[in-house]
Amino acid sequence: MNELVFFINNVVVSGTVSGSIYAMGAIGVTLVFSIMRFAHFAHADMMTLGAFVVLLLTTLFPEVGGVVGLPSALLLLPIAMAVTAVAAVGIDRTFYKPLRAHDVKPIVMVIASLGVTLMLQGLIRLFAGTGSESLYIAERKDIFRIELPFELASRPIVVTEPQIILFVFAIVAVVSLHLFLSRSRLGKAMRAMSDNPDLARASGINTNTIVAVTWVIAGSLAAAAGTLLSLDVAFKPDLSFFLLLPIFAAAIVGGVGHPYGAIAGGFVVGFAETLAVFNWSVLLRPIRDSFPEWLELPSNLALVGTEYKIVVPFFILVAILVWRPTGIFKGKVI
Amino acid sequence: MALLEASDVHGGYGGMNILNGVNMAIEANEIGVIVGPNGAGKSTMLKAIFGLLKVSQGEIRLRGEPITNTAPNKLVHMGMGFVPQEYNIFPSLTVQENLEMGAYIRPQNFRRMLEQIYEFFPPLLEKRRQPAGELSGGQRQMVAMGRALMVEPDVLLLDEPTAGLSPLFMNEIFERIKTINAAGVGILMVEQNAKQALAIAHKGFVLAAGQNRFTDTGEALLNDPDVAKSFLGG
Repeated sequence: MNELVFFINNVVVSGTVSGSIYAMGAIGVTLVFSIMRFAHFAHADMMTLGAFVVLLLTTLFPEVGGVVGLPSALLLLPIAMAVTAVAAVGIDRTFYKPLRAHDVKPIVMVIASLGVTLMLQGLIRLFAGTGSESLYIAERKDIFRIELPFELASRPIVVTEPQIILFVFAIVAVVSLHLFLSRSRLGKAMRAMSDNPDLARASGINTNTIVAVTWVIAGSLAAAAGTLLSLDVAFKPDLSFFLLLPIFAAAIVGGVGHPYGAIAGGFVVGFAETLAVFNWSVLLRPIRDSFPEWLELPSNLALVGTEYKIVVPFFILVAILVWRPTGIFKGKVI
Repeated sequence: MALLEASDVHGGYGGMNILNGVNMAIEANEIGVIVGPNGAGKSTMLKAIFGLLKVSQGEIRLRGEPITNTAPNKLVHMGMGFVPQEYNIFPSLTVQENLEMGAYIRPQNFRRMLEQIYEFFPPLLEKRRQPAGELSGGQRQMVAMGRALMVEPDVLLLDEPTAGLSPLFMNEIFERIKTINAAGVGILMVEQNAKQALAIAHKGFVLAAGQNRFTDTGEALLNDPDVAKSFLGG
């Protein structure tokens, strides 16, 4: 039984954690691609930017969360989401819009976004330093140990407070995004522009508004993902940058330009990672006695070591581009 | 005053002139048809009117107001609708969402116009929840025209509305165009099926090499032996 608990803690919980983070990042990447047709490499650093704003605000008002019994960082998150959304629109106006006006090739936009990434990283390091900082400043991180009502399960399922917040937030974000895209006039116009930008313009849709709305959604989701991740571990200026590969893998696995695909892709990549680094030997231990004597059970049976986790999204990315370039949901081929 | 009038229009892509002085005018409640050989500048003329192409010389007027080189989204506000030949629907949006996007600038019209469009194009009513990309060619054309009609335009520009359709659907589309026109919408369309199109046209414009070769009523052009010999295949 304890082996199963171990599996739940190491695969189900942590897979859902990474999956939710990747999904929220990939939604932004996929939306930006579907509206502006370029791969936005600065997306991960927008996540860091959001978390950095939360760090700043939490340092200024460390006690504010105590009033309602939530972490201060979570209470200040909406402000950081708004700030990041404004910053995303500003970055677009300053760096991407002039290029779009010149009708440049997508690769030029990609390189510009790479520049924005370096700039954001430098700026954040300038103010936050290079070390890691906990977003729990005045309070302690709650850890929930859920005891199972089985005699054989002596170990509890461990979930932390930021993880629960993350699950709830991811569900709320996905449902509201779905309602926005399928019910609201602006959301439908966004899908229309993704389908056929010329016809959208010919229908009188103001494409500048749609671009701005896209950045608001992408920026605020990025801020939330970055913050919730930093709450779970700690804030580091390069934390999200290393998520760029899995996030892009998620967007491509799901089918580029498909918000629902991005969500599915996020969880596919998240679970693939955790399953690949999971030590399967633990699950085999209870049935070790039934093995022939010459077969010794190795102590570690993980597919890849934890330190090489990054190869998993890379492998998925290569595999999907070779065998199914349109992704699960038949997105656009890039 | 003509509903839509173009005089001596020159223009083209990247310095290459395709239009070398085109003149045309249609009155309210008229159907104007542009015919001519490939490369005559028929579709280019529609794009020039709808502001998708730079007009270097000449003037275009809508109800007497100059609209030369006006952006497409402004023209939609002024009562002009455009149905491109290709890529004229939003394939992943449902039929009804396509129509809703047509009414984007006048959401208050949406419900009333929706009923009217479903009356014009009954097949769309039962397919309203289906993605428009899954429809047949003729039904897609109906979606495309329906989308442009949602803003109640005074004039509708159609670029080869029957291209690639089977003869059965072709006749159906021509019938619909007549109905739309009878409801008070001026129509200017480019057509490959010149004979059928001229048969329903009040005005016909035969273009060749970016200039008017013949301009007359549809009926007169159909009966003109010169036009028949050079442009209608005998």
